[in-house]
Amino acid sequence: MESRIRVLFLIIALIGLSGCAATKNLFGIGPKEAPPPSTEPPGQVIDPQVERREIKEPKIDREDFEAGGYVGIMSIEDFGSNVVYGVRLAYHVTEGFFVEGTVGQTEGGLTSFEVLSGGAPIISDDERTLTYYNLNLGYNLLPGEGFIGEGRAYNTNFYLIAGLGSTSFAGDDRFTVNFGAGFRFLFTDSIALHVDFRDHLFDIDILGEDKTTHNLEGHLGVTVFF
Amino acid sequence: MSEPSTTIIPTTSLSNLVWGVCLVAFALLAVTSAPAEAADDELRTVAVADPYLEMHTGPGRGYPIFHVVDRGDSVQIVKQKTYWYEVMTDRGISGWVTYEQMELTLNPDGSEVDFAPTSLQDLTNARWEAGVMAGDFGGANMISVYGSYSLNPNLSVEAWGSQFLGNFSNGWMGNVNVVHEAWPEWRFSPFFTLGAGLLHTSPKSTIISGDDRTDEVGHVGAGLRIYATRRFLLRAEYKSYVVFTSRDDNEEVEEWKVGFAFFF
Repeated sequence: MESRIRVLFLIIALIGLSGCAATKNLFGIGPKEAPPPSTEPPGQVIDPQVERREIKEPKIDREDFEAGGYVGIMSIEDFGSNVVYGVRLAYHVTEGFFVEGTVGQTEGGLTSFEVLSGGAPIISDDERTLTYYNLNLGYNLLPGEGFIGEGRAYNTNFYLIAGLGSTSFAGDDRFTVNFGAGFRFLFTDSIALHVDFRDHLFDIDILGEDKTTHNLEGHLGVTVFF
Repeated sequence: MSEPSTTIIPTTSLSNLVWGVCLVAFALLAVTSAPAEAADDELRTVAVADPYLEMHTGPGRGYPIFHVVDRGDSVQIVKQKTYWYEVMTDRGISGWVTYEQMELTLNPDGSEVDFAPTSLQDLTNARWEAGVMAGDFGGANMISVYGSYSLNPNLSVEAWGSQFLGNFSNGWMGNVNVVHEAWPEWRFSPFFTLGAGLLHTSPKSTIISGDDRTDEVGHVGAGLRIYATRRFLLRAEYKSYVVFTSRDDNEEVEEWKVGFAFFF
């Protein structure tokens, strides 16, 4: 009998506790309810009413393109050496890598066979004009500084470069591989002097046998960054 | 972080004046170059939010640090070369700062600066791309350049110009194609392509007698783009061309190419 009453009291107590929970903290027992969401963030007493100034950001001047011309000497295997002129356009992708396109022209002379035999020339004068274009990838291998006197320092770069292109010479367009190295000396941040050496390799079969020729070029150029 | 913004307010009144004068000059002369001149005068100003900003003597690795700008001071950005910024201090000292440090500066209104894209995510959202590729086109050597414009992260259109140099014939080809990248966010991202163009062939007269001819071509292809570093990517692809000749049979040419490209 006693235990039955005890069970009854326990049940009543349980119902009472759950009722307290259901009435949402009537006696402050159990988890407190979160405050209703307010429109103002907590702690914000005064609305500052600051007007943001609309600032137009000036565009930053990018100087990743480099364009210029060059003049030098190019030796065409078997056809002698002559003056070469050219133009170049480069785009600097990162501080290390750049892509470059060049177009150049030079003239081939007489082969020793033509000089010694004294006979008819093996190619016409028009065909002696050599025109090439190249698409190259360059890498600034040794960035550095050059000092002139005590108080002047100029930025320099020694770079390696290689690429593919086409050479129009002796009546045909010839697939050309070229590689070389160059030195860039920056007078200012925007004007640079270049000294370049390149080897152009292409196949030619004019003189009896099909052979790969090495055609060396050295040139001096000026470029402008923009 | 509102502290640095107070240090840069004075610069804007002067630049506003310059801008105003230039606007008047522009209205009077109606010269289109006036905005460019204004841009030369008005340099972007940022405030240093890092403990200090390191100024190097040149835009590249290894150039020594010769000056530091303290937190809270402002600098003007003179120009940008690849990922280096030439900045000038209030005292007229100019030097080169890395992209990583410039990212930690603040705009005059106190907001964080947002310069050029560098992450893979940014690059896949880049609009313009150009590249150079070379390879084999039906036994001939092929050199190609292309430009690409992205319509969305998955789809882009490309224009190609190619020269091929073979033993029996030389020629040119121009193509326009659509490229679909299924997973542009992957570092190694495969793609599929479909396009059409024109092929101009000049047989070598010493070997084969024949006239120059221009034919329409269509192609399908697939390839892989590999994001190498920052704005640089490597690319390899295979394309199968059908040349719609005026003869009885169409000609099929296979092409393999590798190359590199970069984003603008």
